[in-house]
Amino acid sequence: MRGLFLFLILVLLSPEIVWADRIGDISQTSMMDQAKRFFSLKDPAVRYALLGSILLGISCGILGSFIVVRRMALFGDTLSHAVLPGVALGFMWNMSKDPVAIFVGATLAGIAGGLLVNLITQTTRLKEDTALGLVLASFFAVGICLLTRIQKISTGSKGGLDAYLFGQAASLNKDDVVLMGVVTVLAVLLITFFYKELLITSFDAAFAKAAGFPVALIQYALMLLLAFSVVIALQAVGVVLVSAMLITPAAAAYLLTDRMHIMLLLASIFGVAAGAAGAFFSFLSTNLPTGPLMVMGASLVFVLAFLFGPKHGVITRWWRRQSRSAQVQRENTLKAIYRVLEDREFEGEGVSLRELAENRRETIDEVRGQSRALKAHQMATLHDEGDSVHLTPEGWQRACEIVRNHRLWELYLTNEAHIASDHVHDDAEVIEHVLGEETVRQLERTLNHARYDPHGRPIPGLMDLKIGGQAAGGPMTVPGYGRPI
Amino acid sequence: MSDQKEKPPVPLEVHDLTVSYHKRPVLWGVDVEVPVGQLVGIIGPNGAGKSTLIKAAMGMLPLDSGWVKIFGGPVEKNLKRVGYVPQRESVDWDFPVSVMDVVVMGRYGHLGLLKRPQKSDREKARECLEKVKMLPYADRQISNLSGGQQQRVFLARALAQESDLYFMDEPFAGVDAATETAIVEILQELREQGKTLLVVHHDLTTARHYFDSLLLLNMRVVAFGPTKAVFNQDLLQTTYGGRLTILSEVADAVSSKAR
Repeated sequence: MRGLFLFLILVLLSPEIVWADRIGDISQTSMMDQAKRFFSLKDPAVRYALLGSILLGISCGILGSFIVVRRMALFGDTLSHAVLPGVALGFMWNMSKDPVAIFVGATLAGIAGGLLVNLITQTTRLKEDTALGLVLASFFAVGICLLTRIQKISTGSKGGLDAYLFGQAASLNKDDVVLMGVVTVLAVLLITFFYKELLITSFDAAFAKAAGFPVALIQYALMLLLAFSVVIALQAVGVVLVSAMLITPAAAAYLLTDRMHIMLLLASIFGVAAGAAGAFFSFLSTNLPTGPLMVMGASLVFVLAFLFGPKHGVITRWWRRQSRSAQVQRENTLKAIYRVLEDREFEGEGVSLRELAENRRETIDEVRGQSRALKAHQMATLHDEGDSVHLTPEGWQRACEIVRNHRLWELYLTNEAHIASDHVHDDAEVIEHVLGEETVRQLERTLNHARYDPHGRPIPGLMDLKIGGQAAGGPMTVPGYGRPI
Repeated sequence: MSDQKEKPPVPLEVHDLTVSYHKRPVLWGVDVEVPVGQLVGIIGPNGAGKSTLIKAAMGMLPLDSGWVKIFGGPVEKNLKRVGYVPQRESVDWDFPVSVMDVVVMGRYGHLGLLKRPQKSDREKARECLEKVKMLPYADRQISNLSGGQQQRVFLARALAQESDLYFMDEPFAGVDAATETAIVEILQELREQGKTLLVVHHDLTTARHYFDSLLLLNMRVVAFGPTKAVFNQDLLQTTYGGRLTILSEVADAVSSKAR
């Protein structure tokens, strides 16, 4: 639907209107010079553009966070489109780009749109998503027609009105930035002072109501504040994309944290970063409007959070799974080495790859790779041109732990859970890698420090450690493991 | 006692309460007077208006007729003395808050405007978490909890409200047997402390053991009294049986006329 709108806009408005004045229209200068000019901040237009972008990043970030957790993202989208006729009417008030007149007009149009959504859902069978779609489309259509009228009738003074569609930070002047500052400070103050009320009504409206909080009033106040922040962001981001600046930084923050106040902080940082980047690149390359650049910046942050977020990131999770299975693989190799040594009654040092391959029922090449992985993790050293594996003290300790975990768990299942001894091996294969020291101590106590597993094999303890320690060529005792028997 | 003129006001008094959803009456002329220190079970079939009754009693729904008094006064005035455990499904468990955050919300009603939760509020929340054996989970994000754990967090939040009158909407829904026993013990303990509790409950077999009194509800009050007196075949038949079809047909008729 939006694509169709964009097409319509492009047809209705001639290209020179859409791509009108950029920040400092000096196309002769090189990108380097432009960048220098931007960072020197000597140009007032640059200062206003940057400051405005930062302010809108903050207000969109914090309000967007509440929009996201309250599941009102579509409402934000509708609101941002519904303000357009108000912008046009505000301009027509005295046929000039008066920030206050446009602010009032746009806010009123936003409120009208919100009320209309409410009216439709309450008086008809239509659900909210449909009502939102209806209002979005109709208000936006009216707005486009009005704007086109203005372009046709006005002479010269129309400057900057096209910025409301795709956003142009360069068109911000001092009055605009002052207004943005007022609204942003208001939003930050209100959300700081009424954080408790906003949190409880967002999380559990029914409980908040029962506890005596004015839920509806808070909801309306939040929507009004949302309308304000949409309107101030309009000129820099544009009607079409302003909802993205509400949702995207907040969505990225939501993926990175589990606490609301941190989400607010992160979302405003992302908003500021995206806003500033948008203003910068728009200044650098004189052919692009600011709004899409800002939204691309915010989307990039979102993609990074989606892929690399420490908790929920897709790549992070994949990496965690990979390293987990590599660790299990290494531990299984250690266990196999222990078993080979055990079968030899811990005679001699080191285990040959052939013995290991037989024990694991794998090829020499496969176990060679595994023994290299052990070496990489300082669990073993390789001798005889890599044909013989010697465990380091660390490797020996971990091998003992794994075998101990395996056999303790088998014994526990057999003795305490009364599972037949030929049913317990597969379960122990999984559990051995995840048992913590705490659980092991508990198991040992429960099993009265038993020394043999259900198959009659000894469970490694301090004595085995000493013998094995010699076999691995390591010290007599390995600190941190085992208890005296 | 009877000759004493000034009786303390009862925790909850509901008179001739009628409530509708979308013009369809859900509760008809409900009269209830709950004495202090009672553990009351609200029992009835689906759509009997159990949740509606407690929500209306807390002033969360517009009333068609009747009135509610809490401790002898209007509801809004005494909300600080009311605790609430909503249905577990009513919130988004992916919301970015920790278990501790949720329980501290129980203190919000006691904090003034612009006041933030203090250390004492956190202390209180810790105590309540300890009581429901959820303290080890205090810093967890709430989406990592099982159903029974979620329910215990809601209970802890209600305990943190330190109310005299509690409304609980199906606190046993979807919890394991151990949690159910633990919750019942806490409810009985609250009753011993002189609190009054109204609990929406689904399971008839356990209802007779858990509650002092039962409120049998099916759009109107079928019976309200001590569990021993009202838990009988006849009244349960009336509550759950098909004898009320005319009432619900009339309700349908009312709602279709209203359109």
